[in-house]
Amino acid sequence: MLMFAIRRIVISIPVLIGITAILFVMLNVVPGDPIALLMKEHASPEVIERVRAQMHLDDPLITRYFRFLWDAVQGDLGISIKLNRSVTSLIMNAFPNTMMLAASAACVSWIIGIPAGILSAVRRDSFLDHFFMGFSLLGVSMPIFWSALLFQYVFAMQLRWLPVSGFYGWQYLILPALVLGWSSAGVIARLTRSSLLEVMRHDYIRTARAKGLREVGVISRHALKNALIPVVTIMAIQVATLLSGAVITEAIFGIPGVGRISVSAIQSRDMPLLQGSVLFATALVILGNLIADMLYSVLDPRIRSQMTKAAP
Amino acid sequence: MSLTSEMTALAPDVIEETSFLRDALRAFRKNRMAMVGLFFVVTLILAAVFAPWISPHDPYRVALDEQLLPASSTYWLGTDNFGRDILTRILYGARVSLVVGTVPSLIALMIGTVMGILSGYLGGRTDFVVMRLADMMISFPSLLLAMVVMYTLGANLLNIFIALALVGWASVARVVRSQTLALKGKEFIEAARANGASRATIMFRHIFPNVVPTLIVLFSLSIPDAIMWESSLSFLGVGVQPPGSSWGLLVAKGKEYLFQAPLVAIAPGVAILLTVLAFNFIGDGLRDALDPSMKD
Repeated sequence: MLMFAIRRIVISIPVLIGITAILFVMLNVVPGDPIALLMKEHASPEVIERVRAQMHLDDPLITRYFRFLWDAVQGDLGISIKLNRSVTSLIMNAFPNTMMLAASAACVSWIIGIPAGILSAVRRDSFLDHFFMGFSLLGVSMPIFWSALLFQYVFAMQLRWLPVSGFYGWQYLILPALVLGWSSAGVIARLTRSSLLEVMRHDYIRTARAKGLREVGVISRHALKNALIPVVTIMAIQVATLLSGAVITEAIFGIPGVGRISVSAIQSRDMPLLQGSVLFATALVILGNLIADMLYSVLDPRIRSQMTKAAP
Repeated sequence: MSLTSEMTALAPDVIEETSFLRDALRAFRKNRMAMVGLFFVVTLILAAVFAPWISPHDPYRVALDEQLLPASSTYWLGTDNFGRDILTRILYGARVSLVVGTVPSLIALMIGTVMGILSGYLGGRTDFVVMRLADMMISFPSLLLAMVVMYTLGANLLNIFIALALVGWASVARVVRSQTLALKGKEFIEAARANGASRATIMFRHIFPNVVPTLIVLFSLSIPDAIMWESSLSFLGVGVQPPGSSWGLLVAKGKEYLFQAPLVAIAPGVAILLTVLAFNFIGDGLRDALDPSMKD
């Protein structure tokens, strides 16, 4: 297990470094001078020149990349051009909000997704199964920005049950959590259903039934243990994705999270801020995948031996 | 009647000529949801192609005295803030969505297939490099990666193709690689090698045809994803630019009038939802027909 973990971590490091390189090149080959663009006609050429030198923008790309990497390792992601504040502190201020949103969305998705998947599998091809699967399919097929608007219109504007947008208390989290949770619940429900159906075909389930165990016991004590393994790993990846910033949801509901930072950085063409927030989000996704793989191998020894062999 | 003549009489019905393709086609046709999806998509394609002839109004005609009208017999889905007919705008938007759904998916498929076969067949260093590159692309949150590409290259249709192809090729490469690995050990590949076939011949004449069914399934399932990404990018303002018409852009513009005229934002969203559902049905149907092993 330890060998597997170490191997998995070692593989992640070049991936992360490669990502910083791709990101850095993509963001730094943008045609046009970011400083000139930012200061427009207010600044004289001398001032622009001085700011460029201050930000090391005249150094060769490779030198700038290694400086960026070195600073990033130490937790320094540079200074936002527009807000003139440390990118790291901006992200760290926004992250708790994103965490709250991610946690509540994950709760919604599990509370809906897992029971819906189990019921659908147990009552396969019944009305309940079709209902839940239709509900899940709708969840994954609706564009988030549209379902968010629909929820705002129905629950905030028409029924006036909840606030439209903003972030001043727990009630502001309900609509965004439902919107995000529904789309993730669809994935969880479909996976839970198919995984449980797969497990129910195994011989040990027949044995459990044959020894006289009631169906509830068969499912809860025998089948679910194995059926939920892939579900748990998908959950880990989903949480990481949610933490990396629900870009659209945060933008529509006005939640000042990490996703909002990326969007506003693009809109104001604030390169260091965009670079920092995307790097942060990507690192979270890599970490989430790492945790998912570890969980997978802890929960299922069969996978562990397979993965150690199959990984290139 | 003797037994032999009875058997010959039965034979034409019982022993029908079958092939992989024919079986797959029959299974697909039996899938009711897939047929519904196919019907919807074909109708949509026709509507998009013939939009100038069938749409009731001019998509760009501004009529300031007809702003935000509710649905009526003249304007079936009402009008937007410039007095333009929403149904017409949706029909024209279908052109963008369908093109953006297919073109980048095709590019991603081509890159992913070549990378996957090379990686799986050659193994060693090639495999390591390609797979780490794929790991990197998959680790980027897709929407953010697409946003960064649009930021760098500028917001226009061609760059949306590039951004979405960049997001999509890695997962194709992974699937193709694992299939190539499985095929590599089969006897017919060994036979080809024994016959003196070059590596390129083996990869693209012998392995590639066997990956095609999977590619068809991947293609049909990546179209709805691409449509979603495009509409999300356009919604955030880094995709299709006004006065162009894309479903995501229509929802974004309609958002400001959600209270006075909810249809402006909601109608194009329904178009996205139905199209994504239809492609998903087709994709599921194709997967069950062509490659049941992909079903999880």
